This record gives sequence, structure tokens and C-alpha cells, in this order.
Amino acid sequence: MSQRTFKGGVHPFEGKELSKDKPVKEFRPEGEYVFPLSQHIGAPSKAIVEVGDTVLRGQKIAEAGGFVSSPVFSSVSGTVKKLEKRRGAVGDMVDSIIIESDGKFNSVEFKGTEDPSKLSSEEIIKKIQEAGIVGMGGAGFPTHVKLSPKDPKKIDYIIMNAAECEPYLTSDYRTMIESPEKLVSGMKIILSLFPKAQGVFAIENNKLDCIEIFNKLIKGEERMSVTVLVTKYPQGGERQIIHAVTGRDINSKMLPADAGCIVDNVSTIAAIDDAVSRGIPLIDRTFTVTGDAVCEPRNFRVPCGVSFQQILDEAGGFVKEPEKLISGGPMMGFAMFDLSAPVTKTTSALLALGFDEASAEETTNCINCGRCVDACPERLIPSRLADYAMYGNDELFEKWYGLECIECGSCSFVCPAKRPLAQDIKSKKKFVLAAKRAAQAALKAKAEEKSKG
Amino acid sequence: MEKKLKVTSNPHVRERMDTQKIMLCVIISLLPATIFGIVNFGGRAFVIIILSVGTAVLSEACYEKLLHRKYTIKDLSAVVTGLLLALNLPSSVPFWIPILGSAFAIIVVKMLFGGLGQNFMNPALGARCFLVISFTSLMTDFSQYPGYEDVFSGATPLALIKAGGEADPLSMLLGNIPGTIGETSVICLLAGAVFLILMGIIDLKIPGTYIVTFAIFMLIFGGHGFDLNYLTAQLCGGGLILGAFFMATDYVTSPITPMGKVIFGIILGVMTGILRVFGGSAEGVSYAIIFSNLLVPLIERFTVPRAFGILKEKKKKELKANEKGGAKK
Repeated sequence: MSQRTFKGGVHPFEGKELSKDKPVKEFRPEGEYVFPLSQHIGAPSKAIVEVGDTVLRGQKIAEAGGFVSSPVFSSVSGTVKKLEKRRGAVGDMVDSIIIESDGKFNSVEFKGTEDPSKLSSEEIIKKIQEAGIVGMGGAGFPTHVKLSPKDPKKIDYIIMNAAECEPYLTSDYRTMIESPEKLVSGMKIILSLFPKAQGVFAIENNKLDCIEIFNKLIKGEERMSVTVLVTKYPQGGERQIIHAVTGRDINSKMLPADAGCIVDNVSTIAAIDDAVSRGIPLIDRTFTVTGDAVCEPRNFRVPCGVSFQQILDEAGGFVKEPEKLISGGPMMGFAMFDLSAPVTKTTSALLALGFDEASAEETTNCINCGRCVDACPERLIPSRLADYAMYGNDELFEKWYGLECIECGSCSFVCPAKRPLAQDIKSKKKFVLAAKRAAQAALKAKAEEKSKG
Repeated sequence: MEKKLKVTSNPHVRERMDTQKIMLCVIISLLPATIFGIVNFGGRAFVIIILSVGTAVLSEACYEKLLHRKYTIKDLSAVVTGLLLALNLPSSVPFWIPILGSAFAIIVVKMLFGGLGQNFMNPALGARCFLVISFTSLMTDFSQYPGYEDVFSGATPLALIKAGGEADPLSMLLGNIPGTIGETSVICLLAGAVFLILMGIIDLKIPGTYIVTFAIFMLIFGGHGFDLNYLTAQLCGGGLILGAFFMATDYVTSPITPMGKVIFGIILGVMTGILRVFGGSAEGVSYAIIFSNLLVPLIERFTVPRAFGILKEKKKKELKANEKGGAKK
């Protein structure tokens, strides 16, 4: 079987053995649930409940704030306690709805569809939009927007991103092992939107059992296939997986749809099936608690809004004092101050490390070895970009393609001088993009003034 | 929680390789040639190596002490510089030569420009060229070689060829010939180079293009046509292997762009050829490398790779034309 990949990338310690073979366990604790109004890219949602309201599981508590936005649903039954700013896993303060659970999990009636193939494209997209589904791999881009490209006939590939290249994470793996039919059904639903598309399950070769399962399941399905990917980080990067599967390349200014592709994460496709076939909005998610500092690393199915602390307690707490707590995987996850943050649509794991490699060693001079160049999946020169970022040289930063960085962190990972390359480049990128937006806004304002005058 | 948590930007894991380990690998890879040099040239070579390495480390430490900088001798790069300089010295030089050379390499070529990673020229080679220019007769005296004193009066094989003589390719491969301490044994040097390649410290982009370009240049301009003996002698002699695998590949003073590395290798090959065929001396590797070091910023500027997914200008135009054509139909 041919195995596809991209150029560059790194091989971090996988650490998946910790939680790989632990079946997903349903966990629904009582207590306070926090629902941030900004769990996606785009306009924040608007709360439609008031303090004191009683809500049911599956009830909409915030509506979308625009087309590129997404509604939020309560995952528990209980009473709305507060509407206030709470700290999210990323570290920022977000407007949130706080609900005290009554522990009963009484839910609204979910209305499913017997035969999704009879639905029209508009109906399917509407159902996905109304279920609050966003990209669950981390970015949180509203899925209904992704599934509404200008010309659906130009989409050739629907790629299920099952690379799960981020070390330690196993929630996608467990989903594929435990409910692959859901994923095939979800894929079928998406394919019905795109008449010319081929559905590709792109799986890394460290998950041979999943590859076997899907090969068996899709026998007879003409429009579906399995692509085996080389195990390498960041194989699950959108641009990297598109390149590996189709050989097409896109840059930062293009969308996957420009290359005739739509890429969706495993959990997202499962959520699409839940929403369309069973009428269940996005209220639960599969979550991995792992790391050497966790007593019993395992996988859970938890209601969104539950705090990291509660899940950790269920996993037996810490076996040793952690030095670092990460929301997500070790390559692109966010380090957290404490465990009070809630699980949202886009958080996939809690990783507790007993030893923090990133801050253990001091940064020394760059020796120009070029390891970052070999590792960069975007063919950039990270060491130079970090220099330009440091010296504030925006012009050269852009000229050397600094804006193409996908922030995967491979450069920092390999750097023998332990430079925080990705961090420098990432922050400079944000400044440059902000300056560009400001310049554009100023230009627009000027033009408007002119037309008025 | 009593212990405070660490909060940093991603990624939160790091590869084990660090600067010190890279330098250690380079030192290990130079050991076969070093040991061969000591066996070949005797105890004097050993003393020179010790003096050179010792001075390099000491001058870096003193410089940092005087300027209240953080000590960086732990990264072992000074050891590599000292060792490379010693391997580039004839065993007959007086003992103050390695001391002066090492101090010059570390203080003038490396530290004054900002230390490791900031120097624009290979410190060991910069020092060697400084010594050759200042003390030419001492630096080109290869008379110490036992057994050769009477017959060849200590001429290196390349000098012999240049003077119209012949050299024995087999002894050039093995290394029992006059020359600097570390450059003579091609087999020992290649063993070290293979180790570096296997460890992923260097790749063949620079040494490969360097050697191939040089060989082609010598075939065309060497004036000997396709003479295998002559070509082998040229490739094995004059420190070409030592230079190509251990000094041209110096990270700091070679281009970081993949395409730049290839161009760097080609320039090196041509420069070495020019210096050997048309220049005054028979070797020329050192000068070729430090000259090319100076070109690195220029090479890098013209070889910035196109990022992933960025189309060539030409192709972009073609695509646009196609789209327009398609729209008309």
C-alpha cells in the first residue's frame, strides 16, 4: 500500500500508548458548567437566556452572531446562574453563560432524520448550522460555512482528517475504533452535498487497525476510499494533508476549496452525523486526559462546559506534581494557569506533564544549522524569520514568506539552540496581519470620506 | 498545587539534540584523522593539538570573563575550532604558532563579531590564512616528516605535481605523506564524514557539489586531460577532503537555504580549481572557503525558497490566461 506524506516535518515522542487502549467512558458530573460564547472563529454568539432561566440538555442558549458564527447549546439541564466573563483554556477572558446542573440531564426531544439521503443540500447545511457544529480539531471554523463553497461541483475531495498527528491525543483514534459507522454515515451526508467529490479517509500508518476497519466498512462504496499517510508531524495540518492526499498545494491566501478540497476532522464528521441523522446538536465531545503526571490516562465522552478539574479528578488526579498543564497536544496546545477552564467544542485533551522540556533549557546563539529549514513543512527559513521578527523588519519578514507560517512549532521542536522560533514568528505574524487590516480599514475610511465630500 | 506551573508558548516538547551534542559529534568525527596525525607525525603533533585546543577554550573563557559575558565554552565550539586549526598546521611549526593562531581564531574572528553564530568566516581557516600570510616559511615547512627528509625535502604531493613530479595515489589515500597534521589520511577523514552524515549533522549538498565541481574543473582546466592518477591526487591532497566535509560545512559560515548550499559548493569547487591551477600555491582550499564564506549573505539573498503553495510568477500568468480562455469558451 502506498503511503503518502509531505516534505519536512518532525517525529516527536508519540505518547499515545498511555491512553490508546482505554475505551471512551461516558462521564457526566454535577456542578457548574461554563459555556463561553466564543468557541469558534467569527462573530461571538449572543446569549438568549437570562439569569434564573431553567434550561434542558440540548436547548439553545445562544444564537449565532452572524453567518460566520455558531449557536451554543446547553449540555445539561439546570438553572442559568450567571452571565459573566470567564477565563478560557487559551488564557483570555470570554463572555460565558454559567449553568448550575441539576444532575438529571433531562433533554429536549431530538428529532432525527430516518433517511438523510432524501434531504436537500440546503436542508442538510441548515441542520449542521443549527446544530452549532464547528471544526473540532482546534481551529473552530463554522462547518456550515466550510460546506458552502461558491461552486459545490468544483469540490473533488472530501478529506476526513484522521491523521491525529499531535502526540498524546487519542480521542480521534477511539472514535474511529468505537464508532466508525458514524463516520462513514457522516461522510455520506457530506458527499451528498458535492456531486463530484470523492470521500477520502486519510489515516496515519500508526493506526493500522483503523485502516483495516475502514477498508472493510467502505467495501462497495464507490465514492469512498482510504489513504494511508506516513506518521509524521504535522501530517494533519490542512495544507499538508491536502498535499499528501491530492498532490495539490495551497498557500495562506487560499481556501482548501480553491484546490477542490474540503477537510474535516474526525470528531466534526461524527458530530455532523449526530446532527443530521439523530438531530443532536454539538453538546458532547470526546476528550483525552493524559500525560505522565496523570494517575489514570484515559478517554472520556463529556458534556461541553465541564471543567478540566472535574475530568482530571475522574481520571484519579495527579500521580505527581505537574510542571505544565496543556489544553490540547504538546505541539500546538495551550499552556494553562489552572484547571478552571471549561471544555469547549474545540478542546480535545488535557495533557499534564511532570517535566517541562520547553523551559528546561536556556536559549543560546543560533548556529545556522538549518534544522528548522529541513523541518518546516511550509519550506520557510524559520531562523531568519525569527531574526526579522526580533529586529522588527516587517518588510523582509513578508518577503521571506513569514505570513505562510502555519504555527505548527516544528522549528522550535528541532532547534538545537533551543530558540523559541515558532513563538517569535507567530507573534510577528499577528502584528503584521493586524497592521495590514488597520491599513485597509484606513484606506476604506478615506475612500468613504472622499465619496461623501 | 505548591509548585508553580510553567506557562509558555507552544510547542511544549523539544528534540534532545542541542548545540553541545552537535559539537561533540564533530569532535568524535575528527578523532580518526587526529589519531592518525599523531601516529603519523609523532608526539610533536600531539603537543600542537593540545596547545591549540587549550588556547582556544582558554581565550574564549578569558574574553567572556573580561567582558562579563556568560560563559559559552560548554558548547564545545571552541574545542572544534582549536582542533580544526591544529589539524591544519604542519607538525614542524614552533609551539607559539598554535597558541597565536587559536587566540586569533577565537578572539578576532569569532568573539569580536559576537561569538558563536555571528562570525562571517570560519575561525580556524581565518586563523590559518592569517598564519600563512604572516609566517609563510614556517607554515609551509613540511620537512618534519620522518623518512621523507632526504628524498623529497618535505614537499607535499601537490607541490610535487605542480613542480612536474608524480605522486602515489595509494599513499595519499592512506595518509603516509607529508602535509598538515590532519589533512593527509583521506580514509580517516571519510570515516569521520560518514559518521557525521549518519548522525544527521551534515548532508552531502555542500561537500558533494564542491568535490564534483572541483573534479570537473580539474578535468577541463587541469591540463592533464583524463588522468586518473592526477585526479585522485588532486582530490586527496591539499586538504580538500578535510575542507569539504569539515570546514565548508561549518553551519555558521555556509548558506542556510537548500539551493544556496548547492551554489556555495559550486563556487567552492571553481575557486579551489582556479587557485590550484592558476594560483601560486598548490593547495588553495583554505582561501577558497574563506572567500566563499564572504559570499554567503549574497547567495542567501538570491536563494530564498518559494514557500509551500506559492506558485512561480510564470505559472501564475499561465493559470490566469487559462482561466480567461476558459471563461470565453
